[in-house]
Amino acid sequence: MSDKDKIICRCEDVTLEELKDCFKAGYTTFEEIKRILRIGMGPCQGQTCANLIQREIAIYLKQPVESIPTQKTRPLTSGVILKDIAESHDE
Amino acid sequence: MRERDLIIVGGGPAGLSAAKVALESGCSVTLIERANDLGGQLVKQTHKFFGSKSEYAKTRGIDIATILIHDLEPYQDRLEILTNATVVAMYPDYVLSVYSGHDYIKFKANAIIIATGASEKFLVFENNDIPGIYGAGAIQTLMNQYGIMPGRDVVMVGSGNIGLIVSYQLIQAGVNVKAVLEAADHIGGYLVHASKLVRLGVPILTNTTVKRAHGTTKLEKVDTIQLDNHWKEIEGSEETIECDALCISVGLSPLHQLLSMAGVEMIYINELGGMIPKKDEDYETSMPHVYACGDVTGIEEASSAMVEGKIAGLMAAASLGKPHPEFDSRKEEYFHQLTNLRQGPCGIKIRKGLEQAGEMI
Repeated sequence: MSDKDKIICRCEDVTLEELKDCFKAGYTTFEEIKRILRIGMGPCQGQTCANLIQREIAIYLKQPVESIPTQKTRPLTSGVILKDIAESHDE
Repeated sequence: MRERDLIIVGGGPAGLSAAKVALESGCSVTLIERANDLGGQLVKQTHKFFGSKSEYAKTRGIDIATILIHDLEPYQDRLEILTNATVVAMYPDYVLSVYSGHDYIKFKANAIIIATGASEKFLVFENNDIPGIYGAGAIQTLMNQYGIMPGRDVVMVGSGNIGLIVSYQLIQAGVNVKAVLEAADHIGGYLVHASKLVRLGVPILTNTTVKRAHGTTKLEKVDTIQLDNHWKEIEGSEETIECDALCISVGLSPLHQLLSMAGVEMIYINELGGMIPKKDEDYETSMPHVYACGDVTGIEEASSAMVEGKIAGLMAAASLGKPHPEFDSRKEEYFHQLTNLRQGPCGIKIRKGLEQAGEMI
């Protein structure tokens, strides 16, 4: 069993081992772990890792997957250069 | 702020179908698509469709895209198409932020149809980041859109229709498909697709999944492991298959972000792929004048996405005070088509999911 070789969030290069370390430290929600490991904060904004992490949390807490909340979705859905927002001449 | 009547997000089968019906109804439509071209996943689907004649059965996916795009041509005066434009945000006040090149543009709409589709699910196994490990969509893009061979010896994970069809397309392209792995105890897709592979000598290994990948700079081989009917690994059942590409086709997950961030009421339904918007029988979400159709409302096939798109287009137009001249008969026709497409053993999972979402017709 080599959880350090299993990538769970490929945008931020987070392994299953790091995720399970968070569980052991008492962090068992996506929002908490996001603040520690940056899961879901990369280019895909959690579209790839959310389901995987939700499943791992469900297994760890021995609860049904659908009862485990995933991350809060906020604007923006992908990377935007700040300069482009600053220079937009809308309105 | 650019003010528009109806904005459709996503130019795949659902969005294009929605646009056509809304245009027929007399609406002005702004269609926003992230990719360079309209058509969504249809443009990489070289196989002929199943389903019913009204949803282009026996026509290749890529040709369906051409038909759907062509159908919009008579309405150029009321149709605005933005490609290479990503809707990066949706707000409760009907404002959409669009990012296109270096332009960051805000739109405000009277009605919105979300047809963003889905993205591929991924798997957790040892060394799942080695080059040569692809999603089925990436394989189709490389092979069918760009003519690039993804590998010489491929192992497919997942025996749903996408996994089976892509395996067959790989063989057509001269790639050796070493095996199709399926974690469940039965083949997920249509048997007609599976039979074609088996006749060509491709083993479909049920109760089997990928355990680990090997390789340093590129994939060299994978270890498989058998699972019991409770998804537990059976010790000592590992086997090694040499391959230079692994294709992961284990389902899709709705691209729900825009709806979620706008505060639309969502529900998690495993059978439909994940988070989907709650919607009423008219395809309206909890946010008035916001409709959703296609895979973003639950993973199905392109055929149902097209019908759902027509329904969303019909309803959105009516909500803007422009009911389609044949509103009643169209509505009856579309819902009838949808029910037909979901019938039979292949629709069981979808019907179960819709029932949980409180949407069973």
